Amino acid sequence: MEIIVCVKRVPDVAEVEVEVDRSGRALERQDLAYGINEWDNFAIEAAVSLVEAHGGRSTAVTVGGPEDEEVLRRALAMGVNEALHLCDPAFAGADAHGVALLLQRAIAARPFDLVLTGAISSDQRNGQVGGMLAALLGIPQVALATELKVENGRAVVRHEVEGGLERVVELDLPALVSVQTGINEPRYVSVRGIRKVADQAIPVLDAASLGLDAAQAQALLAQVRIEELFLPQRGKGAEMLEGSDEEKVLKLIERLRERGGL
Amino acid sequence: MRKILVVAEMGRAGPDDSAFELAAAARAAGKALGEHRVAAAVFGRGVAEAARGLAPWFDDVFVFDDPQLEIPDGEAWRALLALLIARERPLLTLIAHSNHGMDYAPALAGQAGTPLVCDCVALEVRDGRLFAVRSVYGGKLNARVSVALGDAGCMATLRPGAFPAAPAPQGAGAAIHAEAVPAALTPRRRCLGTVAPEPGAVDITQSAVLVAVGRGIEEEENLGIIHSLAEALRADVACSRPVVDKKWLPRSRQVGTSGVTVKPKVYLAIGISGSFQHMGGVKGGPFIAAINKDPAAPIFSVADVGIVGDLFELVPLLEEKVRELKG
Repeated sequence: MEIIVCVKRVPDVAEVEVEVDRSGRALERQDLAYGINEWDNFAIEAAVSLVEAHGGRSTAVTVGGPEDEEVLRRALAMGVNEALHLCDPAFAGADAHGVALLLQRAIAARPFDLVLTGAISSDQRNGQVGGMLAALLGIPQVALATELKVENGRAVVRHEVEGGLERVVELDLPALVSVQTGINEPRYVSVRGIRKVADQAIPVLDAASLGLDAAQAQALLAQVRIEELFLPQRGKGAEMLEGSDEEKVLKLIERLRERGGL
Repeated sequence: MRKILVVAEMGRAGPDDSAFELAAAARAAGKALGEHRVAAAVFGRGVAEAARGLAPWFDDVFVFDDPQLEIPDGEAWRALLALLIARERPLLTLIAHSNHGMDYAPALAGQAGTPLVCDCVALEVRDGRLFAVRSVYGGKLNARVSVALGDAGCMATLRPGAFPAAPAPQGAGAAIHAEAVPAALTPRRRCLGTVAPEPGAVDITQSAVLVAVGRGIEEEENLGIIHSLAEALRADVACSRPVVDKKWLPRSRQVGTSGVTVKPKVYLAIGISGSFQHMGGVKGGPFIAAINKDPAAPIFSVADVGIVGDLFELVPLLEEKVRELKG
């Protein structure tokens, strides 16, 4: 079974103050730690464990700059067999559709039974690449998967719908499944594990090798333009309780009492 | 004439609230386009009455009424919408950013060759472009994005609750069109059934006071302080998604758009960043208190009171003071 898993390197913005850079359109990247998109980590685990159970090969693919190679190394360390790096300055600013288009060009040239993506990326939060890629590849898809099994040439997938319900669907392979967090327990990646795959060759595909004219790539790949990034209006915002821990807690108790929480 | 298409989701009893929110957003966008028509597409089995209920808000309602559509299936909606869009060629298609919408909208846009902007909280049409505001980087920043309203049209999914519904406009009153539904809509994806979460020991939908815990709790063993605090407050314990993903608490405790909808009087959010997926499950306007070590956490924009600090210090202290008070 041939599995492709699409991954992305994202900044970790939890518990840090984010700033907009001088262009007004991008994050100030200094001082930010980067890592694998959380959803993609679950997709990698799903790919690796399916190949362990059914045999075959898994390949991790990313679209990004030279620094993004580290997420491919990490995927290899988790047990993915091969990696593919779609990297060209012409890909800068690609929107979700552009990324899906690049992935489609890379993937369509290879044999595949199953394509996995994370349901969403924590940075841009589009949640689009999976569904768009499936449409471009002409294969059935399902989003927000919380359980995935493969049997008799089909994928049986449980996925989230409204009202806390889940639905079970069966897809003929090849198919694309975009996975939710919690679908499995991603294995731990050790420094030693990363070191072991440090020398594995990762083919790089540029615009030309994907059949794209670099001069025209921009218009094709970046239809949705980021005009500006700005701090959200905080609404009325919370009344922030100040003082020592004890003072804060006593003030909180006072408020809870007023509101019937005690 | 410019056309705007709204995809109306159905609730248990007629159109979902989001259908009216999308209708109002479509009308507002339409004003900037000059002469226009706003249409709705409705899918289901036995939805004729629901379609009539939508008519005052729209100029056209396209009704896809078929036994195959009894369960809303993303790939079935995608197949039918692709045909409808190819025929009607709307300039703009608006879809609810629900779990269902997330299932079919990207594939639909990919198939139709149409740009898509997801999870919008504001829209504006100006200078031949669609401008949208959306939340990025964990809700810490907003992005204003734009896309040309070209021949291929454009799609957007709108965050439920972000666009206020409006009364039916004067003079609308849709023509209702019964649409044909081809057989074998989704031969490559078949629905096998629906699964409801296992009911938990405690039904948090009925709780008056909830102590909700999130990723900030860090380790399963740390949950003890949350349970003790809840006990002292005579509250029930709820949580956000990361805690359920780690299987530290059952799904029946998860508050959010993919979990349970709760309506307590008081909601104490501990170590919860406050994503809209989580807060979308907190209804009824409770008093919200938040404890988080990140002063920029989005939870502080929706909470009534907030404390920035270390929950591992604050939670035991709060429990102690509550117990002293209650004697």
